[in-house]
Amino acid sequence: MSEPLLKIDNLHVEFKTGSIITRAVNGVTFELNKQENIGIVGESGSGKSVTATSILQLIPSPPAKIANGAIYFKGKNLLELSTKEIRKIRGNEISMIFQDPSTSLNPVFTVGNQLIETIRAHKKVSKKHAKQKAISLLDLVGIPAPDKRIDMYPHEFSGGMRQRVMIAIALACDPKVLIADEPTTALDVTVQAQILNLMKELQEKLAMSIIMITHDLGVVWETCDKLLVMYAGRVVESASVKDLYQQPLHPYTWGLLDSQISEEQNSSEPLASIPGSPPDLSYEIKGCPFVERCPYAQEICYQKTPQLNETTPGHAVACHFQTSEHQLERKERGYSDGDTT
Amino acid sequence: MKKFLIKRIFQLIPTLFIVAVIVFFITRMLPGDPAAVMLGPQASAEDVAAYSERLGLNDPLHQQFFDYLVNLTRFDFGNSLNYNQPVADLIMERFPNTIILAVSALILAILIGVPAGILAAKKQNTFIDYIVTTLSLVGVSMPIFWLGVMLVLLFSVNLGWLPSTGMGSINEGLWPFLRHLILPSLALATIPMAEFARVIRSSMLETLSNDYIKAARSKGLKETIVIYKHALKNALTPLLTVMGLQFSKLLGGAVLTETIFSWPGMGLLIVNAIDRRDFVVVQGSVIFVAIIYVVINLIVDILYKVVNPKINLDDPHGGGN
Repeated sequence: MSEPLLKIDNLHVEFKTGSIITRAVNGVTFELNKQENIGIVGESGSGKSVTATSILQLIPSPPAKIANGAIYFKGKNLLELSTKEIRKIRGNEISMIFQDPSTSLNPVFTVGNQLIETIRAHKKVSKKHAKQKAISLLDLVGIPAPDKRIDMYPHEFSGGMRQRVMIAIALACDPKVLIADEPTTALDVTVQAQILNLMKELQEKLAMSIIMITHDLGVVWETCDKLLVMYAGRVVESASVKDLYQQPLHPYTWGLLDSQISEEQNSSEPLASIPGSPPDLSYEIKGCPFVERCPYAQEICYQKTPQLNETTPGHAVACHFQTSEHQLERKERGYSDGDTT
Repeated sequence: MKKFLIKRIFQLIPTLFIVAVIVFFITRMLPGDPAAVMLGPQASAEDVAAYSERLGLNDPLHQQFFDYLVNLTRFDFGNSLNYNQPVADLIMERFPNTIILAVSALILAILIGVPAGILAAKKQNTFIDYIVTTLSLVGVSMPIFWLGVMLVLLFSVNLGWLPSTGMGSINEGLWPFLRHLILPSLALATIPMAEFARVIRSSMLETLSNDYIKAARSKGLKETIVIYKHALKNALTPLLTVMGLQFSKLLGGAVLTETIFSWPGMGLLIVNAIDRRDFVVVQGSVIFVAIIYVVINLIVDILYKVVNPKINLDDPHGGGN
């Protein structure tokens, strides 16, 4: 395969508050190819959002600091670019949409103003021309009567419509990569599906790649090709969506899958959950970060941190017991016996 | 908007009525007989009594109060006991001077206070931020009479650069006019300047932590646009409130500043009138100042709408969704 479009290489991000250093991202590595959709899943605090916002260096610094690693986009390391150079990439070649559309749009400017300024930040076009483009973008994302809606303020739009506006802004300069940080979390379930369909449709139409960050596995099944499961600032498993669903390997992924509501779910049965909580990242983690919550933990898990290794082509896992010669079996629903926390 | 204006103008009536009542009775409670003060210590008891009679001070209080209210509705503030001129004329003579002083102090406060506050917010927890926060704390807590005297000592007495008192006429040229204006407006600007810096700093800090700021940066906008367009317009609402309050205070007559620098404005007029028991002038000026207060408040409310399109002035619950 040719060179990937975006390559995250051994990324480390730290947050420093007083004398405490929290290692939010701990050596994340992955590649994104042209027109590929990658999903990053994990619970709150697993470092998925920090990873994504680090790509465009939008994490607040201080307190955050990219301590190590590289982010290659079209062969250039984004972390070595000047502020001016990274600004030319933001919103132009790599765009982002955020979790809550009601707070990501500036309430005191019309949506047209916010669209046009993005276009004019990157392209030398007249105001009139930019407005035409803005109207066609609003039309593209399915906003009715875009020539009238363009002069309205964000509070005059519904939640789903606002997210469509955010998508229109993100697509203003035909980006190669769209980073979507939990784009449906703040929306109603019915609207979620509409937004996901729209993103999928636009991804095909505009031939871009998407990094979808979510804690909702349902979202990734529908939209992504590849999945990264993150835990405690590391990638613990990465595979194609199909492999991950049919043959999950990491005990944490099992836990995640088991805690989904399935169609066969008996309503009297409690929903499975993973006991315990993620480790405190302000301490150095020795051994496997999941060890305290893993029902299969052995001596070695406390001693040595497992590395992410490919077991089959395209399927990698960070677990001492998931090598090709020695594999744990996933026990259906046997994961959290009687534990309902 | 129209409904809002009509409602607000009707609300002015009870407010001003209450002010009129309070002012009337307070001036009547001032110790000392106005007629005696006016005629001086050499006057005989008969002269004082005759003069009191002429001023209507011997009428029953309710009669005086009624006359006063009737005159007010005709915008007749009565005749000054001291200057023997209509109070309205006195106010119109003095008020422009107060406007000059207040507006220049306000401009000075905005030009220095607002950029300083924005800078402090941008550079939060750095040396610059500490300097701005410390200076603005000193600024709001500094007694103006002390600052005024110190300015006079330094610039007028020691350095001899600027006049210590009075007001220059614009007819004599711009420089003599400005020379007289610098010290009083600087003294008067100190508190609002510090106040503006504090308010805009904290409201910018709050605004900068919003998602739409991160979103604006993610679009590849220049940092100056992010700060001065996206953040500043959102941070303006609290500043407008403070600006309105400060400006109406300045216009209401900066009593201390005008006294220290003998600036012939409303403040000095009121102070002198109180000295001479010229209660007619005190009543008239205080009511006039009250009108200025409410009018500026009304203008500020209208400006809220300009800064924040979510505010619906006709909706009592604030509008938006």
